[in-house]
Amino acid sequence: MDITFEKVGYTYQKGTPFQNRALYDIDLHIKEGSFTALVGHTGSGKSTVLQHLNALMKPSEGTVTIGDRIITAQTDNKNLKSIRKKVGIVFQFPESQLFEETVAKDIAFGPKNFGATEEEGLELAKRMLPIVGLDESYLERSPFDLSGGQMRRVAIAGVLAMEPEVLVLDEPTAGLDPQGRKEMMDMFYRLYRTQGITIILVTHQMDDVANYADHMVVLEKGTVIKEGAPQEVFKDAEWLESKQLGVPSAVSFGSLLSQKTGLFLNELPLTTGNLADEIAKALKLQSVATEEGDAQ
Amino acid sequence: MMDKLIFGRYIPGTSWIHKLDPRAKLLGTIIFIGIIFLANNWQTYLLLLVFALGAIHLSNIKLSFFINGVKPLIWLILFTVVLQVLFTGGSTIYFDWGPIIVSQEGLINGVFIFCRFVLIIFMSTLLTLTTMPLSLTDAIEYLLRPLKVIKVPVYEIALMLSIALRFVPTLMDETEKIMNAQRARGVDFGEGNIFQQMKAIVPILIPLFVSSFNRAEELATAMEARGYKGGEGRTKYRKLDWVSRDTVAMLVYALLTVGLVVFRN
Repeated sequence: MDITFEKVGYTYQKGTPFQNRALYDIDLHIKEGSFTALVGHTGSGKSTVLQHLNALMKPSEGTVTIGDRIITAQTDNKNLKSIRKKVGIVFQFPESQLFEETVAKDIAFGPKNFGATEEEGLELAKRMLPIVGLDESYLERSPFDLSGGQMRRVAIAGVLAMEPEVLVLDEPTAGLDPQGRKEMMDMFYRLYRTQGITIILVTHQMDDVANYADHMVVLEKGTVIKEGAPQEVFKDAEWLESKQLGVPSAVSFGSLLSQKTGLFLNELPLTTGNLADEIAKALKLQSVATEEGDAQ
Repeated sequence: MMDKLIFGRYIPGTSWIHKLDPRAKLLGTIIFIGIIFLANNWQTYLLLLVFALGAIHLSNIKLSFFINGVKPLIWLILFTVVLQVLFTGGSTIYFDWGPIIVSQEGLINGVFIFCRFVLIIFMSTLLTLTTMPLSLTDAIEYLLRPLKVIKVPVYEIALMLSIALRFVPTLMDETEKIMNAQRARGVDFGEGNIFQQMKAIVPILIPLFVSSFNRAEELATAMEARGYKGGEGRTKYRKLDWVSRDTVAMLVYALLTVGLVVFRN
């Protein structure tokens, strides 16, 4: 399911003295089956864009096309459920959305709202828990007895249980320990790889962008200022820094290395794996060159 | 949903009204609400209206803000006015149908009640639009001071008030966030019959309570860690300053009261 933004603008509290323009002129295309990263400094409008993705907000100007539904300012608030089932959003700190007595019921809550029966919902809950890394013993526990990290997993399972085609993640790893972070990101990547879920990730972690995303959108002051493959966007480190963003650690280390040692890296290394390969390649080239030099 | 609510918000400014001592403004608003009941003919209402419009003009805030502030309450006002009009007996009767009587007195009363509502909303909106919530709690604390004699925990009340005011916007944001999260999980707010609507509130209410408990605990810990031991022996960072401007404001109120007493029937 593709999501397209055309000339989208959004104004908060329109028509009141407190009105505040958050978005203007956003053109955006999110392809089915892509892993898109949405980056931008705090207050650049990321979260506002995100709420347009499943019609929680309707654009003040322009159109948002979600699958075959077109959302404009005039769109009626009714009958948007089918969109919300297809586009699941994991908000920041999703653990604050838990409310049921048991983990199972809370996970089943979403599916039940979309018409699943009690049994189907609980069945889904049972299936979803292992995906987020918890076992069945948690099903009957109260979500409020769990640790912060476990609560987050349950909340994410609750969104996954709706079996969305597009999964939107707003800083899903904020406040987690490094291990939990990696597990969580790997889990999303697995879903993307094995089930073909389209993923949209809002994050400040450039390493995550480099490791997982295949498309990248940079926002500033409520509009898109750059879009493209991470390879392209990360090329211009200075430009990114001027927008209060950084580059992945592999990129900055790579450029520092070639600066200091004169080692020539053929391609921009995005991940540590890339970086290791590139260094190995460069060293091999260098040694070949010196051997040839010696031979002469 | 809460986008349209103007009442209770603060607009920073440097007008004459903004610079008034919060005690003067709070006291003034209370006096205004008191003396509005003195008005009972068109001259007195006109006087009050001129006073309110003058105060609004002095605040440098557009009149449309105040009118927007009345809008959410308009149905309540109209409801009261209509009841008043339909059920007040009197000497000049225009329409009579069982218990429903439309009389001249009823109509006049209705108009007066309408004016009363609007004027009270104008003045209290003026108070909140021009006074920072924290100064307002300072003022409340100061004005409640005499109650200490009868063992009312004034300091604690003021502390709770200022914490409550501080967390109103935070809790509003949190509500909005949780609502969005639940809507994304397929909850429809404001749809279906009253029971369905009430059931839809549960997924907001419980997380909101839980997060309030957590927040209270964290705040209490943070306060203790910073050496808070209770009201005794604390000094104040924000000092209230009563200057001649504030006395002038009080004098204007006194004049207004005298005027109302003179002109009323």
